[in-house]
Amino acid sequence: MIKFINVFIEAFPFFMNGLIFTAELALSSISIGFVIGVFVAISRTYGNKFSYSISTVFVESIRGTPLLVQLFIFYFALPQIGISLSPLMAAIISFSINSGAYQAEYIRGAIQSIDKGQMMAALSIGMTKWEGILNVILPQSLIKVIPSWTNEFAYLIKYTSVAYLVGVPELMAEGEFVASRNFEFMDVFLGVALIYLLIVMILTWGMARIEKMVRMPGV
Amino acid sequence: MKTLEVKNLKKRYGDNEIIKGISFEMEKGETIVVIGPSGTGKSTMLMCINRLIEPDEGKIFLNGEEITGSKHPEIFRQKIGMVFQEFNLFNHLTVLDNVRIGPIKVKKLPREIATKVAIENLKKVGLESRINAYPAQLSGGQKQRVGIARALAMEPQLMLFDEPTSALDPELVGEVLEVIKKLAREGMTMLIVTHELGFARDVADRIIFMENGEIIEQGSSEILVNPSKERTKQFLAKFKEGR
Repeated sequence: MIKFINVFIEAFPFFMNGLIFTAELALSSISIGFVIGVFVAISRTYGNKFSYSISTVFVESIRGTPLLVQLFIFYFALPQIGISLSPLMAAIISFSINSGAYQAEYIRGAIQSIDKGQMMAALSIGMTKWEGILNVILPQSLIKVIPSWTNEFAYLIKYTSVAYLVGVPELMAEGEFVASRNFEFMDVFLGVALIYLLIVMILTWGMARIEKMVRMPGV
Repeated sequence: MKTLEVKNLKKRYGDNEIIKGISFEMEKGETIVVIGPSGTGKSTMLMCINRLIEPDEGKIFLNGEEITGSKHPEIFRQKIGMVFQEFNLFNHLTVLDNVRIGPIKVKKLPREIATKVAIENLKKVGLESRINAYPAQLSGGQKQRVGIARALAMEPQLMLFDEPTSALDPELVGEVLEVIKKLAREGMTMLIVTHELGFARDVADRIIFMENGEIIEQGSSEILVNPSKERTKQFLAKFKEGR
């Protein structure tokens, strides 16, 4: 135990460096993914045939392929057609797109669970379909989607670790770096695991509080 | 000029013709009650008027302007209030926000003025004390009164009521009907679909009896007592038995 603590303290500055990248990856991917998710979800529910088909193909192809393959396409394959991205850029873009597809499905589910009368009422007071989506359907859907969103956040934080395979110096990469020098694989990776676990726990707790705060009374 | 003109309105789903060419007119300040058996197209007809359901044929005019064929039905819907059987209050908003969202987002009124309008209308339906409640915290009768206030806040030229008391417990029906009667006295133009025949007799300037997508008979509330058509007689007789 004492040895673990010593190794952990020694590795701590490296972990913190890695954690900054992990946080950057997770936060930017979930935010960009959220924007993608809202658009895709709306075009799958209220869009015309064209936007429905495009967004469906998007969701299915992203969900049907491994995240690592998507990352490698952005980092290793795109340069072959003249698009070179930094490791961080490639990771953020592929994680955002990946998360966008999943979030789109969560949001679509929430939108479809909203009673049809809500949109009818919005239209009846003279809103356009878009005003109805923006003022009535989306706010209610986003409240309902928070539990799934917590889930997505927890996944994404852990999945950012694959960015180490294209050379982003995030938490996992820093752990690998430290362990390859002091050979304390057990203590170092237990330490890394502990940090991921702590972050996910804090996040879950925070999201549960937000969920309570914005809950529609009585619903 | 007539407030509402409906000319040869038709609606079908597949081979099933729900509304088979309905025509009628409404004067300003008139209250018309539509009665008839369930599933005869009364609600569909109502929703065709503000084009929540798109009619297949026929023309509808609001104060001389044609609603049908307009690329912007929302402009007409701003002038036609609608009250739903299932209330359809916005669940994520307080009573006050439910009523002022129309004036703010649709009419683009400044917030303070919209709030004033909303509170005025909530007073009219007797709910100014519940402005901070959420829909789920209200009784059915209160919900429906908020629904009426929400429609009134847009200052409509015509109000449509789609069975406003059918989803209510019997003891809550009265408070909603009282509000509608008050609107009738104030001269609101109203088209009301309901099964409350006693209320129909009290409030209607004219009664339309509809069956199988057609107007069978129309006239003063006298037709509730002395109907001229056999179908109306049968309907009323069944209704009295059922009560």
